[in-house]
Amino acid sequence: MKAAEIAELLNEPACAHNKKEKSGCAKTKPGATAGGCSFDGAQIALLPIADVAHIVHGPIACAGSSWDNRGTRSSGPTLYRIGMTTDLTEQDIVMGRGEKRLFHAIKQAIDDYAPKAVFLYSTCVPALIGDDLGAVAKAATELWGVPVVPVDCAGFYGTKNLGNRIAGEAMFKHVIGTREPEPVPASAQRPGITVHDVNLIGEYNIAGEFWHVAPLFDELGLRILSALSGDARFHEVQTMHRAQASMVVCAKALLNVARKLETDYGVPFFEGSFYGITDTSQAFRDFARLLGDDGLTARTEAMIAREEARIRSALEPWAERLKGKRVLLYTGGVKSWSVVSALQDLGMNVVATGTNKSTEEDKARIREIMGEDAKMITDGSPKALLQAYKDYGADILIAGGRNLYTALKARIPFLDINQEREFGYAGYEGMLELVRQLALTLEAPVWDKVRKPAPWAAQKAAGEPLTAPEASHG
Amino acid sequence: MAEILKRSKPLAVNPLKASQPTGAALAFLGLKNAIPMLHGSQGCTAFGKVFFVRHFREPIPLQTTAMDQVSSIMSADENVIEGLRVICEKNAPDVIGLPTTGLSETQGVDIKRLVREFRDKHPQFAATAVVPVSTPDFSGCLESGFALAMEAIIDVMVPESAGPRPDLLPGGEGAITFPLPLGEGSRVGVVARRKKQVNVLCASMLTPGDTEAIRDWIEAFGLRPVLLPDIGDSLDGHLVDAETTPLTLGGTPKNEIASMGESVATLVIGRSLAKAADLLKQRTGVPDFRFDHLLGLDACDAFTMTLAQISGQPVPARIDRQRAQLQDAMVDTHFMTGFLRVGIAADPDLLLGLGQFLAGVGAEIVAAVAPARAEVLAEVPAHAVRIGDLEDLERGALEHRAQLLISNSHAAQAAERLQIPLLRAGFPQYDWVGGYARTWVGYRGARAALFDIANLFLGNHHDTPAYRSIYRTEPGLDSQERTAAGAGLVRH
Repeated sequence: MKAAEIAELLNEPACAHNKKEKSGCAKTKPGATAGGCSFDGAQIALLPIADVAHIVHGPIACAGSSWDNRGTRSSGPTLYRIGMTTDLTEQDIVMGRGEKRLFHAIKQAIDDYAPKAVFLYSTCVPALIGDDLGAVAKAATELWGVPVVPVDCAGFYGTKNLGNRIAGEAMFKHVIGTREPEPVPASAQRPGITVHDVNLIGEYNIAGEFWHVAPLFDELGLRILSALSGDARFHEVQTMHRAQASMVVCAKALLNVARKLETDYGVPFFEGSFYGITDTSQAFRDFARLLGDDGLTARTEAMIAREEARIRSALEPWAERLKGKRVLLYTGGVKSWSVVSALQDLGMNVVATGTNKSTEEDKARIREIMGEDAKMITDGSPKALLQAYKDYGADILIAGGRNLYTALKARIPFLDINQEREFGYAGYEGMLELVRQLALTLEAPVWDKVRKPAPWAAQKAAGEPLTAPEASHG
Repeated sequence: MAEILKRSKPLAVNPLKASQPTGAALAFLGLKNAIPMLHGSQGCTAFGKVFFVRHFREPIPLQTTAMDQVSSIMSADENVIEGLRVICEKNAPDVIGLPTTGLSETQGVDIKRLVREFRDKHPQFAATAVVPVSTPDFSGCLESGFALAMEAIIDVMVPESAGPRPDLLPGGEGAITFPLPLGEGSRVGVVARRKKQVNVLCASMLTPGDTEAIRDWIEAFGLRPVLLPDIGDSLDGHLVDAETTPLTLGGTPKNEIASMGESVATLVIGRSLAKAADLLKQRTGVPDFRFDHLLGLDACDAFTMTLAQISGQPVPARIDRQRAQLQDAMVDTHFMTGFLRVGIAADPDLLLGLGQFLAGVGAEIVAAVAPARAEVLAEVPAHAVRIGDLEDLERGALEHRAQLLISNSHAAQAAERLQIPLLRAGFPQYDWVGGYARTWVGYRGARAALFDIANLFLGNHHDTPAYRSIYRTEPGLDSQERTAAGAGLVRH
């Protein structure tokens, strides 16, 4: 990938970060860098497309440590869970046999697993030696008649975030717009309901959480043409250009796809979240607003009223237990405020929130929700987080999986809010799982026990040895 | 002798292999106040970190030289020097491990020269040992990367201490005589020996539980082991008073590594460490005793005998008891392990160890897969060893009707499709709490493994399908009902 192309990807007009500087992401610093690479980001964004063979072209480190390690779920095919890599050897690299191996690898994947498409992920080494994935993909597509899509995402191009965008770009360039959607099945038509086609962009169905929300889409007459990419199929992604509206879920990463769908195909989009009652309702209202269907609006309001009432009463006993608990939240971007509202819905007290990856707009929302003197944390190092935890007298740390062991080693309650987690929190129903997990860690009896020093720790001198009472004779 | 079948497919499907840099990082994670920094793009480190965090359920210190687009093309030398400086300045570690990756090796890095440059430029950080090691991920596997790092650690951190010794002179090869028990003056060295100290070189197949058991085993003979590396001290998972630490929580201390030349003997566990052991012996003159693994009765006996010889102590009664317990378990479980058809996929040392252990209790290794070549593979007690992936294991297991799989957590999918149980061993074990801590070695480890294998077999036992004679009758029931009523008795 050319430097100019990377620069263009970094320049995302629809991103609020973009107003300040050209590169949305800080330059990496040797010896003090955390986080994944572009290949990581691209793979995360596309791997959930379940009926595709995902081939990682490179030596083993890229796929070997990363295959089948995401919590994303499929309701059908499981091909995406099969790890595939060309596992390049020194010979391949020195002799320039990488492309040839890749070509045969594609054939092997098609013969053995009959994928609906093959995605090729480039990594650092092939990018450095100049393997032409585009040419291999083109030749393979022509020869075997299965779509083969190159994703040029070498790790050294930059961060995970850039990788997300590269993935979106690849979908836009090679996949989206290559097929027309199937008609709505007659059996799914209901009188009085006009079916609208929508996209979800940046929804990954972690732990199957979207299935909490999906039935409500059906109820309202919203057909999800495709998600990018939770529980998606290749043929669905191909039709995304025909949607009437897109929702960018909880992340800026794939904003480029939404923006291009709008400019090239006139598909309007909004940014939203399915975390918390308020935000979930807002997401449905935004769909109704963009689609401009009065019947839909009415159904949406009725559904929201019903669901909110139902979930609030189900949450009541939990809210009683969680009320007033002090939360230190450390997570990026949209979640820095969307989760706040979910927690406030429960009567919890968010004492401070991380704003490292948040935009000015996000921060404004935080002030709006938490008040003008909302504490914002920018230093996310383990030490700083634990200091903030103490300073603000928090009861629990809510953060990404990366901070899980920071909290546990410091013996404090923790809730994982990011991608790797094993529980789904999305939608109204997800709130029940959320409160359960919150209470589970907050009320765990283990905390007192693990903070307790050993009974002998305070003992300065050796104690008096017990002596057996002298046996009395006679 | 097993036939070695080389890689036969262009595409690796469900990879078994973990990379050399990952293995090298693991070796450094067993040193005290240490941190590995991979010379590559930030993803190399991020993936390695997640790999270990999920396996050990611990925070893992691991840094990166963060090669980006410009440095990948122009030069990343400055990244290495800058990265070392930043870590030294921030955390003042005792040791920084510096493995290379496929990216930096393809670019063409001279990692040792860069360390020298760093020394010249920043002499104030002389207290921090920096161990460079060339570990591209386009060769070898986790085990070989670990072994290369061990060699590099010895090279950088163990000072020259061998004096002129007759057994190392030309013609003296193999002429070493080792009077037992060791007494003063039994060796012509220049270093005062610590009579009780023994070195233990631990290969990548050993878990934290294993290294703990090895320590106890050696201490039972009144000896003082220096384990290199000691992941049982750093990655065993224990809460400490300090809430955060940017470096390893424990492990082999730097000064103990420096004192390895003063030990009376070196115990080497794992054939992958042969070159590291050669280097240590050449460097220090300390005689060594080499073991392929410590799984099963025979291997445990050999190790125990050696400890008795080195220490001059009789075998403690409790070890005798443990041995008798293992023998009892072998008798009890031979009904389940005998003729048991097992498929194993693991790095070479572990594959050999598990293979010999299981063959030693009557099992048949019907499918054996290793991710990379190694000399030991020829000795695996199987018809053939395939250099391959978990798809190869699955196909081999299917073809030979395996009844049990032994491999890492990734094999769970295959086991599910084959409808046979999986015993988790090796890296990574992300879906099995405590898998990282399991003790395999020693009499007790072998006994526990036999129990588990037997139970897995029993839990998945396929009974003979019931046959009901056409002549049998049961008054009062029609044939339909009878089938339903009897169904609970037989499992298929």
